[in-house]
Amino acid sequence: MTVQRIDARFAALKAEGRAAFVAYVMAGDPDADTAFEILKGLPAAGADIIELGFPFSDPMAEGPPIQRAALRALRAGMTLKGTLALVRRFREHDQLTPIILMGYLNPILSAGFEAFAGDAAQAGVDGLIVVDCPPEEADPLADALDAAGVALIRLAAPTTDDRRLPAVVRRTSGFVYYVSVAGVTGVKEADAAAVAPAVQRVRKASGLPVAVGFGIRTPERAAAVARVADAVVVGSALVDEIAAGLESHESVTPRVLETAARLAKAVRAASAEQTSVQA
Amino acid sequence: MNLPTQPNDYSAYPDAKGRFGDFGGLYVAETLMPLVLELDRAYAEAKADPAFQAELKGFLTHYVGRPSPLYFAERLTQHLGGAKIYFKREELNHTGAHKINNCMGQILLARRMGKTRIIAETGAGQHGVASATVCARFGLPCVVYMGSTDVERQKPNVFRMNLLGAEVRPVTSGTGTLKDAMNEAMRDWVTNVEDTYYLIGTAAGPHPYPVMVRDFQSVIGVETRAQVLEAEGRLPDAVVACIGGGSNAIGMFHPFLADESVRLIGVEAAGLGIPTGKHAASLSGGRPGVLHGNKTYLLQDADGQIIDAHSISAGLDYPGIGPEHAFLHDIGRASYISATDDEALEAFQLCAELEGIIPALEPAHAIARLPEVAREVGKDGVVVLLMSGRGDKDVATVAQHLGRTI
Repeated sequence: MTVQRIDARFAALKAEGRAAFVAYVMAGDPDADTAFEILKGLPAAGADIIELGFPFSDPMAEGPPIQRAALRALRAGMTLKGTLALVRRFREHDQLTPIILMGYLNPILSAGFEAFAGDAAQAGVDGLIVVDCPPEEADPLADALDAAGVALIRLAAPTTDDRRLPAVVRRTSGFVYYVSVAGVTGVKEADAAAVAPAVQRVRKASGLPVAVGFGIRTPERAAAVARVADAVVVGSALVDEIAAGLESHESVTPRVLETAARLAKAVRAASAEQTSVQA
Repeated sequence: MNLPTQPNDYSAYPDAKGRFGDFGGLYVAETLMPLVLELDRAYAEAKADPAFQAELKGFLTHYVGRPSPLYFAERLTQHLGGAKIYFKREELNHTGAHKINNCMGQILLARRMGKTRIIAETGAGQHGVASATVCARFGLPCVVYMGSTDVERQKPNVFRMNLLGAEVRPVTSGTGTLKDAMNEAMRDWVTNVEDTYYLIGTAAGPHPYPVMVRDFQSVIGVETRAQVLEAEGRLPDAVVACIGGGSNAIGMFHPFLADESVRLIGVEAAGLGIPTGKHAASLSGGRPGVLHGNKTYLLQDADGQIIDAHSISAGLDYPGIGPEHAFLHDIGRASYISATDDEALEAFQLCAELEGIIPALEPAHAIARLPEVAREVGKDGVVVLLMSGRGDKDVATVAQHLGRTI
């Protein structure tokens, strides 16, 4: 499976005429078992693709919500190995939902690129996003992932100009992740009008679906972005539900899944409108 | 300057990709990539521009107070009974440390690039003070990120930065130390890409920072080399410097790299002792990894999570080291040893009592290893100790460790 699972999912959504809802959660947040319950519930809540963060002590591109999620996960003992174990458990229940790991390079470097790529493919991971590994440094990792059939998913940013874009999308498969705002996750808000031409540009340069993330928290904004992109990623708003649930001593799993369901519904409705307008 | 200087054989590093052998490189988020590539171009142009170099030299002479003296530490030499010990007096620079050399270079570059807002990270506060100083001098707003733990233990420097008009933002994320301050500065930079210049204080970070900071600090080694030749008619047998990120040490080492007879000795902070795990010795107690934009030796656990450094000296309290030091370590051109908190405290007092110079706790680590170095080099030899900063900022910390109230 692996990269084919991502391609199959996007092909099916294209046939439905709608964008994908991508839910981001952190492995091991707030602990391994709860994270598994959340993961298991996400497809039914409407997540078309799952981005699973693996925690790193120094997440330089994250805003406070995902920083705190990483700290909770690390305190609960989560590791890169533990993250793969979580994916393995998930695959016992779900063979269709693509899982993309997202995080930072050092834990992968520490594990060894080839060993990691093999283990990840075997666990049922379909793609990998590494925030601090730009194309200039990615070849050794890309070689290992290619050999294992795991997609390397690149980030393109508002600062990525036309001259640089071809280098950014080279050796990318699955989809391209467009960072909708210059900033960290979960702080600034994405502007769908500004995102639309950028998505077109990245789609043209890559020939791949384009997912948009980094500034989408509400169903309204998710719907707006769903009208112009192939996938909408929401992360901070989901992990904030975990933080809020822990604070008020409520069960966190339903909170996360209800929020995911609201966002998924908005993405589906928005895309349906778009289809009817086009028809 | 009576003897000819040798061309530097190590000038090929870093390569075009910013690598010193296997170390260095450019590991940042895509949003920042165009910015660091632009910085690389701008720095290469400035470096080759005689007008830029002349402007920098003018400020180093008249504002910073360069050249800094090379001083024969006669009483310490007698006390140790070995090689002649010289101090390269970077603590006499404006703001009291070597940090200003780099800040002056980078602020002139930032102005040249048309940047209007400066951000910096700081540990001990010396780089923060130097950044705030040059920002005041050129009328640019300055935000300094500082770990909340460091804000507490370096209060005088926080106040100095405020006096100089800088905003100090305490960082509570992560573990509230220098590495977290650097994370937070990166987050600011990625959020304010249009107008902001990130003034990194050590010879680490993504390319071109390691080479740029090294170049701006190399004035230390260039002056030292000429001054020793003038004083002794020969090169030194060894130069000794403390290492956190390693900007003072690389500035001293680099102009001596081709002089194979000169031993280059870096002293890391061993904290409570390397076997305790509570230290900041990335080379002695770490392994290669990627953090803050470059590949280098890092303190990390089996999963690749960064471990907090520990040192009595806030300026050495960093879990990584500049990539060029990692390279020099691996090829064996420089040797890296360490000194504990207690050894640094003893050296701090010894230097104050014998030479009338209160060193910062950072160079006190290097002073702590002088007895062995002076003995190994022997009576006929010459050793230069890089006095990278003055110790006024550390007086309260030292008093506390000695159980005194002030």
